[in-house]
Amino acid sequence: MKKFLIALLFAPIMAFASGSTAHIDKWPGSVSDKAALQNGAKLFVNYCLNCHGASYMRYKNLVDLGLTEQQVKENLMFTSDKIGELMRVAARSDEQKLWFGATPPDLTIVARARGEAGNAGAGADWLYTYLRSFYRDENRPTGWNNTVFENVGMPHILYGLQGQQVMNHETHKLELAVPGSMPPAEFDKSVSDLVGFMVWMGEPQQEYRRTLGWFVLAFLAVLFVVAYALKKEYWKDIH
Amino acid sequence: MAAGNFEKYKSDGSLAGNALEWVDARFPATSLWKGHLSEYYAPKNFNFWYFFGSLALLVLVIQIVTGIFLVMHYKPDAALNANGVPIAFASVEYIMRDVAGGWLIRYMHSTGASAFFIVVYLHMFRGLLYGSYRKPRELTWLFGVGIFLVLMGEAFFGYLLPWGQMSVWGAQVIVNLFSAIPVIGPDLSLIIRGDFVVGDATLNRFFSFHVIAFPLVLIGLVAAHVLALHETGSNNPDGVEIKANIGADGHPVDGIPFHPYYTVKDIVGVIVFLMVFSAVMFWAPEGGGYFLETPNFYPADPLKTPPHIAPVWYFTPFYSILRAVTFPLFGLDAKFWGVVAMGASVVIFAFLPWLDRSPVKSIRYRGPIYKTLLSIFVVVFIVLGYLGTLSPSPIGELVSQICSVFYFGFFLAMPWWSRMDKFKPVPDRVTFK
Amino acid sequence: MSNQGKMDCGRRRLVVATAAVGGAGAVAALVPFVSSLLPSERAKAAGAPVEVDISKLESGQMMTVEWRGKPVWIINRTKEMMDTLPKLADAVADPKSEKNQQPAYAQNDTRSIKPEIMVVVGICTHLGCSPSQKFKAGAEEGMPGEWLGGFLCPCHGSTFDFAGRVYKSKPAPTNLEVPPHVYLADTRILIGEDKKGA
Repeated sequence: MKKFLIALLFAPIMAFASGSTAHIDKWPGSVSDKAALQNGAKLFVNYCLNCHGASYMRYKNLVDLGLTEQQVKENLMFTSDKIGELMRVAARSDEQKLWFGATPPDLTIVARARGEAGNAGAGADWLYTYLRSFYRDENRPTGWNNTVFENVGMPHILYGLQGQQVMNHETHKLELAVPGSMPPAEFDKSVSDLVGFMVWMGEPQQEYRRTLGWFVLAFLAVLFVVAYALKKEYWKDIH
Repeated sequence: MAAGNFEKYKSDGSLAGNALEWVDARFPATSLWKGHLSEYYAPKNFNFWYFFGSLALLVLVIQIVTGIFLVMHYKPDAALNANGVPIAFASVEYIMRDVAGGWLIRYMHSTGASAFFIVVYLHMFRGLLYGSYRKPRELTWLFGVGIFLVLMGEAFFGYLLPWGQMSVWGAQVIVNLFSAIPVIGPDLSLIIRGDFVVGDATLNRFFSFHVIAFPLVLIGLVAAHVLALHETGSNNPDGVEIKANIGADGHPVDGIPFHPYYTVKDIVGVIVFLMVFSAVMFWAPEGGGYFLETPNFYPADPLKTPPHIAPVWYFTPFYSILRAVTFPLFGLDAKFWGVVAMGASVVIFAFLPWLDRSPVKSIRYRGPIYKTLLSIFVVVFIVLGYLGTLSPSPIGELVSQICSVFYFGFFLAMPWWSRMDKFKPVPDRVTFK
Repeated sequence: MSNQGKMDCGRRRLVVATAAVGGAGAVAALVPFVSSLLPSERAKAAGAPVEVDISKLESGQMMTVEWRGKPVWIINRTKEMMDTLPKLADAVADPKSEKNQQPAYAQNDTRSIKPEIMVVVGICTHLGCSPSQKFKAGAEEGMPGEWLGGFLCPCHGSTFDFAGRVYKSKPAPTNLEVPPHVYLADTRILIGEDKKGA
């Protein structure tokens, strides 16, 4: 308990130290852009799913991105052959713990978990910035560090696309030292698509939920008009 | 107005009439219907603040119905599944994704939890505005305080069930509060947890409390609350006893039958409430991170405390008072007194009927002292609630200490200041239109 | 009730309108609750079609696979087994499989796609027990002397022949169910789907 209280006491200082110095870019994407989500899904299964699971998601849900089951099977399923299966990680978690020191977290709802009180979209912004903020750091076992996630355990998975950034210690800004296969603008768009996919995956029915809300509210508005007229009618009696 | 004084139903000879007569001879159907609805005379001058009682009942029903359906799919199990995720946590995501309609039921329940407290806080504030706790309604008020306490327990137990980071660490902190009680404290928290940390045993017993024990008590208390209210009759914004003015027909002159007049009125209130409720549930189910706290989207990890632990918003005013106590007293440490202060800040509501010595009930006929102090009290309550969501800071600590002193001062000095005000004369009849 | 007589027309119309709109809303609100009672995506995934390789199933043998949590028997019938079927036309309740317990392509004398390969759900149509094998003819396995081989449900004594047809005057009302199935190749069966899925 004592330890815990101390942790509680220092929590704000740690929170301050771990993140708020870095600038967070706004995620420019949208979860209603199906093409972007499809591209994000492809990036996700190619780059993320090797180490991170999305174990609350079923491959079948990817059909909602406007794909057929056949397209999902052919383009997005590598570790499983059943469309109803969960998107499990390919690697085993005990082995990963040995390699990385910790089991890489499941990413199904990471965009929601990274949100903040009063700013539900903060998760997407953070992911968008984080995935673009890796830089070379020879002091780290992986050779990589990150400006928004100090001493991160994950290496830069997308460096083939982005290239290699280095920290300019005078300006404290990242500079692209070795270009990757994508020009920066294209890379940003890809990361945006990937983040979009993760936001969508956090709650695949979210667009439907918002739409349904309009119908429910419209219905209640009609009911209100009728019920209010009824109330008025009865209360005519009361003087 | 008690049930039982009504004549038994006499059949008109029709089949339905005969059936009703048969039932009514064996069960107080007519008495209940008339005593509590069609011939329960309520003051005709109820205003906006009088919607929240029936709304609280509505939310209770929503919580029970959605809860029944959630229990069909939820699994209270802290063990890890094949994907390395606690089964309880995975079962909530299972409800959100794999169960048809499950997401909507879950959001109704999670939004309902916050809605319950919003409605109950407004309902309690109505009591403060119009002196609803005053004689002869003390017992109604005490049952209400009981409902509030049980509701807090119910919410606390329920919050553990998703088995996220905030669930577990929040429960860890709150259960450890009990260890502050001298002598029995450490054993008490052990008994509550059933383990040395918040673990599977804790999850299972909290599940049991949340779905069986506390709802049963809650329903019983709600029934007692309503029965006690219908025995004395409702208060109203003027704080006038309508029973003191009985008309020629034997009913209060300023009273109108609850049904149909207040049923049709409350239906309008229910619809407006459902609009607000639906707007939150469909468009912002996380309630801006206050209804569903974002760290709770990480499964519970007993080795890693989240950087910032805050209780859910409806507990934060009391949590702030806990944190405001930072000094030992009488040889007992600050933690103990913090717990005492937090407990007292809730229980003190129960003493209101005897603390308030004002000659009038309603704020309409009370003077500037009450209006000022009550306004400050509301601000203080909100400030305490806001501070409780933040990480502790020196300035926050000072503010919460000042607020806590006012909070207790408001209640404890009430026997004096409530008498000193400038009062207006109370009319014989309620004001209407 | 007495005050209903006084209720004027406009008021009654409003009561009906509110009840109708509110009732429609209440019914709509039931949708998520009722649909949550249906099999979930997990149950559907577990109930997905099962692919079976029968290349190692020898003549006279039976194998059991699980499909939607139910045992599905695949029997490679011998000539002797097949020969019993026409003889039993008078002994079984529904010799021509007229009741809808099989897909159209299995509504034939052998109740199967390929004559010798029987695919059938091993659940008694009476109350859901799984019948046991009584393949040997005669009294050897505790059956009556005229027994030609088939299945006996241990719960209530229903008997079935090698095509899953129920004997007359037994508690089970219908023949055993033949599940939808399709041959993906000569020795590979997909159980649970009629034609190869999209």
